[in-house]
Amino acid sequence: MEATQPKTPMVSISGVNKHFGDLHALKDIDLTVEDGEVVVLIGPSGSGKSTLCRTINRLETVDTGEITVAGKPLPAEGRALANLRADVGMVFQHFNLFAHLTVLQNITLGPIKVRRTPKAKAEARARQLLERVGLSDKADVFPSQLSGGQQQRVAIARGLAMDPKIMMFDEPTSALDPEMINEVLDVMQDLAREGMTMVVVTHEMGFARRAANRVVFMAEGQIVETAAPDEFFDNPQTERAQDFLSKVMTH
Amino acid sequence: MFDNFDLMVAALGAGAWTTVWVTLVSFTIALVIGMILVVMHVSPAWPARWAANAYTQLFRNVPLLAVLFIMYFGLPSVGIVADSWVWALVGLGMYTGAFVGETLRSGINSIPLGQAEAARSIGLTFSQSLSGVILPQAVRAVIPPLGSLLIALVKNSALVLAIGVTELTAQSRRLIEDNESRFDLWGVIIGVTVSYLLIAFALSYLVRLVERRTAFVR
Repeated sequence: MEATQPKTPMVSISGVNKHFGDLHALKDIDLTVEDGEVVVLIGPSGSGKSTLCRTINRLETVDTGEITVAGKPLPAEGRALANLRADVGMVFQHFNLFAHLTVLQNITLGPIKVRRTPKAKAEARARQLLERVGLSDKADVFPSQLSGGQQQRVAIARGLAMDPKIMMFDEPTSALDPEMINEVLDVMQDLAREGMTMVVVTHEMGFARRAANRVVFMAEGQIVETAAPDEFFDNPQTERAQDFLSKVMTH
Repeated sequence: MFDNFDLMVAALGAGAWTTVWVTLVSFTIALVIGMILVVMHVSPAWPARWAANAYTQLFRNVPLLAVLFIMYFGLPSVGIVADSWVWALVGLGMYTGAFVGETLRSGINSIPLGQAEAARSIGLTFSQSLSGVILPQAVRAVIPPLGSLLIALVKNSALVLAIGVTELTAQSRRLIEDNESRFDLWGVIIGVTVSYLLIAFALSYLVRLVERRTAFVR
Protein backbone atom coordinates (compact mmCIF):
# COMPACT_ATOMS: atom_id res chain seq x y z
CA MET A 1 0.00 0.00 0.00
CA GLU A 2 1.33 3.43 -0.88
CA ALA A 3 1.40 5.83 1.99
CA THR A 4 -1.01 8.73 1.63
CA GLN A 5 -1.95 11.26 4.26
CA PRO A 6 -2.97 9.72 7.58
CA LYS A 7 -6.53 8.36 7.33
CA THR A 8 -8.91 6.90 9.84
CA PRO A 9 -8.14 3.21 9.95
CA MET A 10 -10.93 0.89 8.83
CA VAL A 11 -10.71 -1.04 12.06
CA SER A 12 -9.05 0.03 15.23
CA ILE A 13 -8.83 -2.30 18.19
CA SER A 14 -7.20 -1.08 21.36
CA GLY A 15 -6.73 -2.65 24.75
CA VAL A 16 -9.25 -5.41 24.14
CA ASN A 17 -9.66 -8.15 26.73
CA LYS A 18 -12.13 -11.00 26.67
CA HIS A 19 -12.78 -13.89 29.02
CA PHE A 20 -14.74 -17.08 28.53
CA GLY A 21 -15.24 -18.04 32.15
CA ASP A 22 -11.76 -18.66 33.48
CA LEU A 23 -10.18 -18.61 30.04
CA HIS A 24 -8.52 -15.31 29.16
CA ALA A 25 -9.28 -15.53 25.43
CA LEU A 26 -8.02 -12.13 24.32
CA LYS A 27 -5.21 -10.35 26.18
CA ASP A 28 -4.65 -6.62 25.66
CA ILE A 29 -5.16 -6.74 21.92
CA ASP A 30 -4.15 -3.70 19.86
CA LEU A 31 -4.60 -3.89 16.13
CA THR A 32 -5.44 -1.53 13.32
CA VAL A 33 -6.52 -2.43 9.82
CA GLU A 34 -6.10 0.28 7.22
CA ASP A 35 -8.50 0.91 4.36
CA GLY A 36 -7.73 -1.54 1.57
CA GLU A 37 -5.45 -3.64 3.69
CA VAL A 38 -5.54 -7.42 3.89
CA VAL A 39 -4.65 -8.68 7.34
CA VAL A 40 -4.29 -12.40 7.88
CA LEU A 41 -4.59 -13.77 11.40
CA ILE A 42 -2.78 -17.02 11.95
CA GLY A 43 -1.91 -19.08 14.97
CA PRO A 44 -2.62 -22.37 16.69
CA SER A 45 -6.13 -23.48 17.61
CA GLY A 46 -7.44 -21.69 20.65
CA SER A 47 -5.12 -18.74 20.14
CA GLY A 48 -8.08 -16.34 19.99
CA LYS A 49 -7.87 -15.41 16.32
CA SER A 50 -11.48 -16.40 15.53
CA THR A 51 -12.70 -14.69 18.67
CA LEU A 52 -10.84 -11.53 17.70
CA CYS A 53 -12.33 -11.65 14.23
CA ARG A 54 -15.83 -12.03 15.68
CA THR A 55 -15.41 -9.07 18.02
CA ILE A 56 -15.09 -6.73 15.05
CA ASN A 57 -18.80 -7.02 14.25
CA ARG A 58 -19.67 -7.74 17.87
CA LEU A 59 -20.73 -11.34 17.40
CA GLU A 60 -18.53 -11.58 20.48
CA THR A 61 -18.67 -8.83 23.06
CA VAL A 62 -15.48 -7.70 24.77
CA ASP A 63 -14.85 -7.18 28.47
CA THR A 64 -12.60 -4.14 28.16
CA GLY A 65 -11.07 -2.08 25.41
CA GLU A 66 -12.39 -0.22 22.42
CA ILE A 67 -13.14 -1.20 18.84
CA THR A 68 -13.96 1.29 16.12
CA VAL A 69 -14.99 0.55 12.56
CA ALA A 70 -14.47 3.36 10.05
CA GLY A 71 -13.82 5.68 12.95
CA LYS A 72 -17.02 4.91 14.85
CA PRO A 73 -17.11 2.92 18.10
CA LEU A 74 -19.13 -0.28 17.94
CA PRO A 75 -22.71 0.35 19.09
CA ALA A 76 -23.76 -1.85 22.00
CA GLU A 77 -26.95 -3.21 20.47
CA GLY A 78 -30.12 -2.41 18.58
CA ARG A 79 -30.53 -0.91 15.16
CA ALA A 80 -27.25 0.99 15.30
CA LEU A 81 -25.40 -2.29 15.74
CA ALA A 82 -27.40 -3.89 12.93
CA ASN A 83 -26.44 -0.98 10.67
CA LEU A 84 -22.79 -1.44 11.52
CA ARG A 85 -22.94 -5.15 10.83
CA ALA A 86 -24.45 -4.42 7.43
CA ASP A 87 -21.18 -2.68 6.56
CA VAL A 88 -19.02 -5.54 7.81
CA GLY A 89 -19.27 -8.64 5.64
CA MET A 90 -18.70 -11.94 7.41
CA VAL A 91 -17.86 -15.34 5.99
CA PHE A 92 -18.05 -18.26 8.40
CA GLN A 93 -16.22 -21.55 8.62
CA HIS A 94 -19.48 -23.46 8.20
CA PHE A 95 -20.93 -21.13 5.51
CA ASN A 96 -24.19 -20.61 7.44
CA LEU A 97 -26.24 -20.06 4.32
CA PHE A 98 -29.93 -19.69 5.10
CA ALA A 99 -31.14 -23.25 4.60
CA HIS A 100 -34.72 -22.40 3.68
CA LEU A 101 -33.80 -19.88 1.00
CA THR A 102 -32.47 -20.38 -2.52
CA VAL A 103 -29.01 -19.17 -3.40
CA LEU A 104 -30.47 -16.02 -4.99
CA GLN A 105 -32.68 -15.34 -1.96
CA ASN A 106 -29.72 -15.83 0.35
CA ILE A 107 -27.89 -13.06 -1.45
CA THR A 108 -30.83 -10.66 -1.80
CA LEU A 109 -32.23 -10.96 1.74
CA GLY A 110 -29.86 -8.40 3.24
CA PRO A 111 -30.06 -5.85 0.41
CA ILE A 112 -33.86 -6.04 0.34
CA LYS A 113 -34.48 -6.02 4.10
CA VAL A 114 -31.62 -3.90 5.35
CA ARG A 115 -30.72 -1.64 2.43
CA ARG A 116 -34.29 -1.42 1.11
CA THR A 117 -33.02 -2.16 -2.39
CA PRO A 118 -35.87 -2.87 -4.83
CA LYS A 119 -36.19 -6.61 -5.43
CA ALA A 120 -35.42 -6.52 -9.16
CA LYS A 121 -32.31 -4.45 -8.60
CA ALA A 122 -31.13 -6.68 -5.74
CA GLU A 123 -31.62 -9.76 -7.90
CA ALA A 124 -29.74 -8.28 -10.84
CA ARG A 125 -26.84 -7.47 -8.53
CA ALA A 126 -27.00 -10.92 -6.95
CA ARG A 127 -26.74 -12.53 -10.38
CA GLN A 128 -23.70 -10.38 -11.14
CA LEU A 129 -22.08 -11.50 -7.91
CA LEU A 130 -22.91 -15.14 -8.63
CA GLU A 131 -21.24 -14.80 -12.00
CA ARG A 132 -18.23 -13.29 -10.32
CA VAL A 133 -17.87 -16.26 -7.96
CA GLY A 134 -18.50 -18.64 -10.86
CA LEU A 135 -21.95 -19.87 -9.87
CA SER A 136 -24.34 -18.13 -12.25
CA ASP A 137 -26.17 -21.39 -12.95
CA LYS A 138 -26.93 -22.04 -9.27
CA ALA A 139 -29.23 -19.10 -8.50
CA ASP A 140 -32.34 -21.18 -7.88
CA VAL A 141 -31.03 -24.16 -5.95
CA PHE A 142 -30.99 -24.56 -2.19
CA PRO A 143 -27.71 -24.45 -0.23
CA SER A 144 -27.86 -28.15 0.61
CA GLN A 145 -27.68 -28.96 -3.09
CA LEU A 146 -24.26 -27.32 -3.38
CA SER A 147 -20.80 -28.57 -2.49
CA GLY A 148 -18.99 -26.95 0.41
CA GLY A 149 -16.81 -24.86 -1.86
CA GLN A 150 -19.85 -23.66 -3.79
CA GLN A 151 -21.69 -22.82 -0.57
CA GLN A 152 -18.75 -20.80 0.64
CA ARG A 153 -18.57 -18.87 -2.61
CA VAL A 154 -22.29 -18.08 -2.26
CA ALA A 155 -21.58 -16.93 1.30
CA ILE A 156 -18.93 -14.57 -0.04
CA ALA A 157 -21.39 -13.25 -2.63
CA ARG A 158 -23.94 -12.77 0.17
CA GLY A 159 -21.45 -10.67 2.08
CA LEU A 160 -20.44 -8.65 -0.97
CA ALA A 161 -24.08 -7.92 -1.83
CA MET A 162 -24.19 -5.52 1.12
CA ASP A 163 -21.32 -3.48 -0.39
CA PRO A 164 -19.39 -3.85 2.85
CA LYS A 165 -16.54 -1.61 3.89
CA ILE A 166 -14.64 -4.63 5.09
CA MET A 167 -14.93 -8.39 4.68
CA MET A 168 -14.10 -10.77 7.48
CA PHE A 169 -13.29 -14.41 6.85
CA ASP A 170 -13.37 -16.74 9.84
CA GLU A 171 -11.51 -19.87 8.72
CA PRO A 172 -13.36 -19.90 5.39
CA THR A 173 -11.69 -23.05 4.07
CA SER A 174 -11.33 -25.11 7.24
CA ALA A 175 -14.52 -27.10 6.66
CA LEU A 176 -13.83 -27.79 3.00
CA ASP A 177 -12.58 -30.86 1.22
CA PRO A 178 -9.04 -30.24 -0.06
CA GLU A 179 -10.03 -30.05 -3.71
CA MET A 180 -12.48 -27.22 -2.99
CA ILE A 181 -10.18 -24.98 -1.02
CA ASN A 182 -8.62 -23.30 -4.02
CA GLU A 183 -11.87 -22.26 -5.65
CA VAL A 184 -12.66 -20.28 -2.49
CA LEU A 185 -9.15 -18.90 -2.06
CA ASP A 186 -9.14 -17.76 -5.70
CA VAL A 187 -12.26 -15.70 -5.12
CA MET A 188 -10.73 -14.22 -1.99
CA GLN A 189 -7.51 -13.41 -3.72
CA ASP A 190 -9.36 -11.59 -6.50
CA LEU A 191 -11.14 -9.57 -3.85
CA ALA A 192 -7.89 -8.69 -2.18
CA ARG A 193 -6.42 -7.62 -5.48
CA GLU A 194 -9.39 -5.35 -6.13
CA GLY A 195 -8.64 -3.49 -2.94
CA MET A 196 -11.22 -4.90 -0.55
CA THR A 197 -10.28 -4.42 3.08
CA MET A 198 -10.09 -7.91 4.54
CA VAL A 199 -9.44 -9.64 7.82
CA VAL A 200 -8.81 -13.32 7.24
CA VAL A 201 -8.43 -16.01 9.88
CA THR A 202 -6.90 -18.99 8.13
CA HIS A 203 -4.52 -21.91 8.23
CA GLU A 204 -3.73 -21.48 4.54
CA MET A 205 -0.14 -20.26 4.69
CA GLY A 206 0.12 -20.06 0.90
CA PHE A 207 -2.81 -17.68 0.79
CA ALA A 208 -1.36 -15.60 3.61
CA ARG A 209 1.90 -15.24 1.74
CA ARG A 210 0.29 -14.36 -1.58
CA ALA A 211 -2.59 -12.12 -0.52
CA ALA A 212 -1.78 -10.56 2.83
CA ASN A 213 -0.35 -7.10 3.39
CA ARG A 214 0.31 -8.06 6.95
CA VAL A 215 0.39 -11.27 8.91
CA VAL A 216 -0.65 -11.19 12.54
CA PHE A 217 0.46 -14.18 14.53
CA MET A 218 -1.49 -14.95 17.69
CA ALA A 219 -0.93 -17.43 20.49
CA GLU A 220 -2.72 -17.88 23.79
CA GLY A 221 -4.89 -14.82 23.31
CA GLN A 222 -2.05 -12.46 22.51
CA ILE A 223 -0.67 -10.91 19.37
CA VAL A 224 2.83 -12.31 19.35
CA GLU A 225 4.17 -10.99 16.09
CA THR A 226 3.05 -8.72 13.27
CA ALA A 227 4.97 -8.55 10.01
CA ALA A 228 4.80 -8.42 6.24
CA PRO A 229 4.18 -11.96 4.96
CA ASP A 230 7.59 -12.62 3.41
CA GLU A 231 9.31 -11.31 6.48
CA PHE A 232 7.12 -13.39 8.77
CA PHE A 233 7.42 -16.66 6.89
CA ASP A 234 11.13 -16.34 5.99
CA ASN A 235 12.38 -14.79 9.14
CA PRO A 236 10.03 -15.10 12.10
CA GLN A 237 11.28 -13.14 15.07
CA THR A 238 9.71 -14.90 18.02
CA GLU A 239 10.35 -18.41 19.20
CA ARG A 240 6.60 -19.04 19.38
CA ALA A 241 6.17 -18.17 15.70
CA GLN A 242 9.24 -20.18 14.67
CA ASP A 243 7.85 -23.17 16.53
CA PHE A 244 4.42 -22.78 14.94
CA LEU A 245 5.79 -22.39 11.44
CA SER A 246 8.09 -25.37 11.79
CA LYS A 247 5.05 -27.46 12.60
CA VAL A 248 2.78 -26.25 9.81
CA MET A 249 5.36 -25.90 7.05
CA THR A 250 6.92 -29.36 7.17
CA HIS A 251 4.42 -30.93 4.77
CA MET B 1 -79.30 -51.19 9.91
CA PHE B 2 -79.53 -49.19 13.17
CA ASP B 3 -82.76 -47.68 14.50
CA ASN B 4 -83.50 -44.22 13.13
CA PHE B 5 -80.26 -44.22 11.18
CA ASP B 6 -80.99 -40.99 9.29
CA LEU B 7 -81.79 -39.06 12.45
CA MET B 8 -78.66 -40.37 14.13
CA VAL B 9 -76.41 -39.42 11.22
CA ALA B 10 -77.96 -35.94 11.10
CA ALA B 11 -77.39 -35.42 14.84
CA LEU B 12 -73.85 -36.76 14.83
CA GLY B 13 -73.11 -34.80 11.65
CA ALA B 14 -74.16 -31.57 13.33
CA GLY B 15 -72.00 -32.43 16.35
CA ALA B 16 -69.06 -33.35 14.15
CA TRP B 17 -69.35 -30.04 12.31
CA THR B 18 -69.24 -28.19 15.64
CA THR B 19 -66.20 -30.22 16.68
CA VAL B 20 -64.44 -29.37 13.42
CA TRP B 21 -65.01 -25.64 13.50
CA VAL B 22 -64.33 -25.34 17.22
CA THR B 23 -61.07 -27.23 16.62
CA LEU B 24 -60.01 -25.15 13.64
CA VAL B 25 -60.85 -21.77 15.15
CA SER B 26 -59.29 -22.54 18.53
CA PHE B 27 -56.20 -23.97 16.82
CA THR B 28 -55.83 -20.73 14.91
CA ILE B 29 -56.03 -18.86 18.21
CA ALA B 30 -53.47 -21.29 19.64
CA LEU B 31 -51.07 -20.70 16.73
CA VAL B 32 -51.25 -16.95 17.22
CA ILE B 33 -50.73 -17.27 20.98
CA GLY B 34 -47.92 -19.78 20.50
CA MET B 35 -46.17 -17.49 18.04
CA ILE B 36 -46.43 -14.55 20.44
CA LEU B 37 -45.16 -16.73 23.29
CA VAL B 38 -42.12 -17.97 21.40
CA VAL B 39 -41.16 -14.47 20.33
CA MET B 40 -41.41 -13.42 23.99
CA HIS B 41 -39.41 -16.50 25.02
CA VAL B 42 -36.43 -15.59 22.85
CA SER B 43 -36.74 -11.86 23.41
CA PRO B 44 -33.79 -10.05 24.97
CA ALA B 45 -36.18 -8.33 27.41
CA TRP B 46 -36.52 -10.35 30.60
CA PRO B 47 -40.08 -9.20 31.49
CA ALA B 48 -41.25 -10.65 28.17
CA ARG B 49 -39.49 -13.94 28.87
CA TRP B 50 -40.88 -13.99 32.39
CA ALA B 51 -44.45 -13.35 31.24
CA ALA B 52 -44.22 -16.03 28.55
CA ASN B 53 -42.93 -18.50 31.08
CA ALA B 54 -45.67 -17.64 33.59
CA TYR B 55 -48.35 -18.08 30.94
CA THR B 56 -46.91 -21.39 29.82
CA GLN B 57 -46.66 -22.76 33.35
CA LEU B 58 -50.21 -21.68 34.14
CA PHE B 59 -51.92 -23.14 31.10
CA ARG B 60 -49.79 -26.25 30.87
CA ASN B 61 -50.32 -27.25 34.47
CA VAL B 62 -54.01 -26.51 35.01
CA PRO B 63 -56.41 -29.13 33.62
CA LEU B 64 -58.29 -27.98 30.53
CA LEU B 65 -61.61 -28.70 32.22
CA ALA B 66 -60.63 -26.39 35.08
CA VAL B 67 -59.61 -23.69 32.59
CA LEU B 68 -63.03 -23.97 30.94
CA PHE B 69 -64.84 -23.84 34.31
CA ILE B 70 -62.85 -20.83 35.46
CA MET B 71 -63.79 -19.00 32.30
CA TYR B 72 -67.38 -20.10 32.06
CA PHE B 73 -68.31 -19.80 35.73
CA GLY B 74 -65.62 -17.54 37.12
CA LEU B 75 -65.31 -14.71 34.63
CA PRO B 76 -69.04 -13.79 34.49
CA SER B 77 -68.87 -13.21 38.25
CA VAL B 78 -66.33 -10.45 37.63
CA GLY B 79 -68.45 -8.99 34.88
CA ILE B 80 -66.94 -10.66 31.82
CA VAL B 81 -69.91 -12.24 30.09
CA ALA B 82 -69.86 -14.22 26.86
CA ASP B 83 -71.61 -17.15 25.20
CA SER B 84 -70.40 -20.62 26.05
CA TRP B 85 -69.01 -21.17 22.55
CA VAL B 86 -66.83 -18.09 23.01
CA TRP B 87 -65.36 -19.57 26.19
CA ALA B 88 -64.91 -22.86 24.40
CA LEU B 89 -62.83 -21.22 21.67
CA VAL B 90 -60.89 -18.99 24.05
CA GLY B 91 -60.28 -21.76 26.60
CA LEU B 92 -59.15 -24.34 24.04
CA GLY B 93 -57.10 -21.73 22.20
CA MET B 94 -55.30 -20.39 25.27
CA TYR B 95 -54.66 -23.86 26.66
CA THR B 96 -53.31 -25.26 23.38
CA GLY B 97 -51.38 -22.03 22.76
CA ALA B 98 -49.08 -22.85 25.67
CA PHE B 99 -48.20 -26.17 24.04
CA VAL B 100 -47.81 -24.60 20.61
CA GLY B 101 -45.40 -22.07 22.15
CA GLU B 102 -43.27 -24.83 23.65
CA THR B 103 -43.30 -26.78 20.39
CA LEU B 104 -42.17 -23.73 18.43
CA ARG B 105 -39.48 -23.11 21.02
CA SER B 106 -38.07 -26.58 20.52
CA GLY B 107 -38.15 -25.81 16.79
CA ILE B 108 -36.10 -22.68 17.33
CA ASN B 109 -33.64 -24.61 19.46
CA SER B 110 -33.17 -27.07 16.62
CA ILE B 111 -31.95 -24.34 14.24
CA PRO B 112 -28.14 -24.09 14.26
CA LEU B 113 -26.78 -20.97 15.98
CA GLY B 114 -24.89 -20.12 12.80
CA GLN B 115 -28.17 -19.21 11.08
CA ALA B 116 -28.82 -16.46 13.61
CA GLU B 117 -25.20 -15.30 13.46
CA ALA B 118 -25.32 -15.08 9.68
CA ALA B 119 -28.62 -13.19 9.88
CA ARG B 120 -27.16 -10.70 12.33
CA SER B 121 -23.96 -10.38 10.36
CA ILE B 122 -25.77 -9.10 7.25
CA GLY B 123 -27.40 -6.42 9.40
CA LEU B 124 -30.83 -7.89 10.11
CA THR B 125 -32.35 -6.64 13.34
CA PHE B 126 -33.51 -9.06 16.03
CA SER B 127 -37.07 -9.11 14.73
CA GLN B 128 -35.97 -9.31 11.09
CA SER B 129 -33.75 -12.31 11.71
CA LEU B 130 -36.50 -13.95 13.74
CA SER B 131 -39.18 -13.44 11.10
CA GLY B 132 -36.99 -13.88 8.02
CA VAL B 133 -34.56 -16.59 9.01
CA ILE B 134 -35.26 -18.36 12.29
CA LEU B 135 -39.04 -18.78 12.52
CA PRO B 136 -39.58 -19.94 8.92
CA GLN B 137 -37.13 -22.77 9.55
CA ALA B 138 -38.34 -23.45 13.10
CA VAL B 139 -41.99 -23.71 12.08
CA ARG B 140 -41.18 -26.11 9.27
CA ALA B 141 -39.17 -28.25 11.64
CA VAL B 142 -42.13 -28.70 14.00
CA ILE B 143 -45.03 -29.20 11.60
CA PRO B 144 -45.37 -32.91 12.57
CA PRO B 145 -45.57 -32.19 16.34
CA LEU B 146 -47.92 -29.29 15.64
CA GLY B 147 -50.07 -31.82 13.78
CA SER B 148 -50.10 -33.97 16.92
CA LEU B 149 -51.29 -30.95 18.92
CA LEU B 150 -54.06 -30.44 16.38
CA ILE B 151 -55.24 -34.04 16.78
CA ALA B 152 -55.03 -33.72 20.57
CA LEU B 153 -57.14 -30.60 20.26
CA VAL B 154 -59.84 -32.50 18.34
CA LYS B 155 -60.11 -34.84 21.31
CA ASN B 156 -59.78 -32.12 23.94
CA SER B 157 -62.62 -30.25 22.28
CA ALA B 158 -64.98 -32.91 23.69
CA LEU B 159 -64.55 -31.26 27.10
CA VAL B 160 -66.45 -28.17 26.01
CA LEU B 161 -69.65 -30.19 26.40
CA ALA B 162 -69.16 -29.45 30.11
CA ILE B 163 -69.88 -25.78 29.47
CA GLY B 164 -72.82 -26.46 27.21
CA VAL B 165 -71.43 -26.60 23.69
CA THR B 166 -73.08 -29.40 21.74
CA GLU B 167 -70.19 -30.89 19.83
CA LEU B 168 -69.77 -34.46 18.70
CA THR B 169 -69.46 -36.15 22.10
CA ALA B 170 -72.33 -34.09 23.53
CA GLN B 171 -74.50 -35.13 20.61
CA SER B 172 -73.71 -38.79 21.11
CA ARG B 173 -74.62 -38.49 24.77
CA ARG B 174 -77.93 -36.88 23.84
CA LEU B 175 -78.66 -39.72 21.46
CA ILE B 176 -77.81 -42.35 24.04
CA GLU B 177 -79.92 -40.66 26.69
CA ASP B 178 -82.82 -40.03 24.28
CA ASN B 179 -86.11 -40.03 26.22
CA GLU B 180 -87.85 -42.27 23.76
CA SER B 181 -84.84 -44.57 23.29
CA ARG B 182 -85.05 -44.13 19.54
CA PHE B 183 -81.35 -44.89 18.97
CA ASP B 184 -79.35 -48.04 19.16
CA LEU B 185 -76.50 -47.79 21.73
CA TRP B 186 -73.89 -49.47 19.54
CA GLY B 187 -75.01 -47.49 16.55
CA VAL B 188 -74.17 -44.30 18.40
CA ILE B 189 -70.90 -45.65 19.76
CA ILE B 190 -69.73 -46.77 16.33
CA GLY B 191 -71.02 -43.57 14.76
CA VAL B 192 -69.17 -41.27 17.15
CA THR B 193 -65.96 -43.31 16.92
CA VAL B 194 -65.99 -43.31 13.13
CA SER B 195 -66.70 -39.57 13.13
CA TYR B 196 -63.67 -38.80 15.30
CA LEU B 197 -61.48 -41.06 13.20
CA LEU B 198 -62.61 -39.37 10.00
CA ILE B 199 -61.97 -35.91 11.43
CA ALA B 200 -58.54 -36.93 12.67
CA PHE B 201 -57.58 -38.58 9.38
CA ALA B 202 -58.73 -35.59 7.38
CA LEU B 203 -56.74 -33.18 9.57
CA SER B 204 -53.65 -35.43 9.48
CA TYR B 205 -53.86 -35.44 5.71
CA LEU B 206 -54.11 -31.65 5.75
CA VAL B 207 -51.04 -31.41 7.97
CA ARG B 208 -49.07 -33.71 5.68
CA LEU B 209 -50.11 -31.57 2.74
CA VAL B 210 -48.85 -28.44 4.49
CA GLU B 211 -45.63 -30.25 5.38
CA ARG B 212 -45.03 -31.25 1.79
CA ARG B 213 -45.92 -27.82 0.41
CA THR B 214 -43.51 -26.02 2.72
CA ALA B 215 -40.65 -28.52 2.49
CA PHE B 216 -37.29 -27.35 1.24
CA VAL B 217 -34.33 -29.46 0.30
CA ARG B 218 -32.16 -30.00 3.35
